[in-house]
Amino acid sequence: MLTEYAFWFLSFVAVFSGIAVILSKNPVYSVLNLIMTFFSIAGHYFLMNAQFLAAVHIIVYAGAIMVLFLYVIMMLNLNNLETEKRSNVLKLSAVVAAGLLMTVLSGAVQTADQITLVEKTTGAAGMVENLGIALYRNYLLPFELASVLFLAAMVGAVYLSKKNLNETQA
Amino acid sequence: MTDSMLIYKIILCVIVFAVSLGAAAYMTWGERKLAAWLQDRVGPNRAGPLGLLQPIADGIKMIFKEEMIPTHSNRWLFILGPCFFMLCACMTGVVIPWGAGWESGGTIFPMQVTDINIGLLYLLGVVSIGVYGVMIGGWASNNKYSLLGALRASSQMISYEVAMGLALIALVMMTGTLSLKEIVAQQDQGLAFVVYQPLGFIIFIICAFAETNRAPFDLPECESELVGGYHTEYSSMKLGFFLFAEYINMFISSAIMASLYFGGYNFPFQHELGLDGNVLTIVQTAVFFGKIFIFIFVFMWVRWTLPRFRYDQLMNLGWKVLLPLAIANIIITGFVMLFMGKLG
Repeated sequence: MLTEYAFWFLSFVAVFSGIAVILSKNPVYSVLNLIMTFFSIAGHYFLMNAQFLAAVHIIVYAGAIMVLFLYVIMMLNLNNLETEKRSNVLKLSAVVAAGLLMTVLSGAVQTADQITLVEKTTGAAGMVENLGIALYRNYLLPFELASVLFLAAMVGAVYLSKKNLNETQA
Repeated sequence: MTDSMLIYKIILCVIVFAVSLGAAAYMTWGERKLAAWLQDRVGPNRAGPLGLLQPIADGIKMIFKEEMIPTHSNRWLFILGPCFFMLCACMTGVVIPWGAGWESGGTIFPMQVTDINIGLLYLLGVVSIGVYGVMIGGWASNNKYSLLGALRASSQMISYEVAMGLALIALVMMTGTLSLKEIVAQQDQGLAFVVYQPLGFIIFIICAFAETNRAPFDLPECESELVGGYHTEYSSMKLGFFLFAEYINMFISSAIMASLYFGGYNFPFQHELGLDGNVLTIVQTAVFFGKIFIFIFVFMWVRWTLPRFRYDQLMNLGWKVLLPLAIANIIITGFVMLFMGKLG
């Protein structure tokens, strides 16, 4: 019973802060609302007994990525940004894209009854041990490939930041 | 969970909260006395014997000071900043095991509010979101110095979190668990983990200094460059919250270091004393607090001994020294475990 109330509360917070992300004029408010969304989603992971996922979600997304977002926005000081004028073609394509997404989502909602959910609160699939075994035994190759991808992205970022360094020093 | 257990947990929660606040209050007194001692002064000695009522006088002064909110600041975020910082500081105490446990009427009441099986990750998570209080407060002040302090705080915390997490990974590899209760219980017999993880401990304590914004890493509030850093515009109890939360953070990080690397509430020959279970728990809790106060002393000792870093030195230390050392520590731990045949 308590779980159900928690579910509705978290869903409410997630949806409304999600809407607030795109509606707020001030980019700092958008980021703060996005952080709220991440917290409520982490709460959903907790309800599904995926504690590891919830903790990592908070550490990585709320604790690291969003701090950097906020850092950049504060440094650029994007207060009261004027809304750009958008052409009609752009508006029309946005409406079409949103309509298509709406169709996909409503299709997904229609068949939602047939999906078997994980056993809530009792399932052990989200525990650290089980997740580790799944990642390092069954899905080792995709996991390693993903790490190589991250390494490549890191090397790329270092290269981009060092590119102008030699010119200024020379 | 039975009703008596639920009531017990609520009481324990309140006690942990009260003890963190009380310890933090008296740490301000301790810090001033210690600074005075190191600089050959007397320190606070007017309010009560040995100045022991000084924290209470300071608290009353803070509350009754005029409260200022700058005109062009963002009012709600300005208030939210210190509140959030304080909240995050108070959240970490619940996963620390303060003693083995009480036995009463056949049931064991653990001296830990909650033993979640991702205890260490919970700690890292709370530490990583703690920076928002400083960032929001600094930005909402609408002041250049506050903003610079907030930006420094965020980049510093992110940089040192990485090394801190990697230092903990070596410990997790050794213990095979993320639960703090388990890690402390494994140090019951045998040596404390600092013997096996000396490098990890050194990296962890340096990162703990940086994460709590203590000298020599107190660049976010560096008064010679930034007036007061992120809390330049704050006054009254909102300033008090920022300063007070720093002491709570110090207390909690001392408790974490004591439990992860120095055996927590365990002490040598504890089972040879022949003490009754509940008496032993009291002694263990006292020993644990003794260890915490030693670490708090180290925190204050370093503050009044070392000068502040320059900002580029801080970043170089974090990324070019501590991070490679932490990774080397993980590799060495892995090799030693492989040769000792400890890998499952």
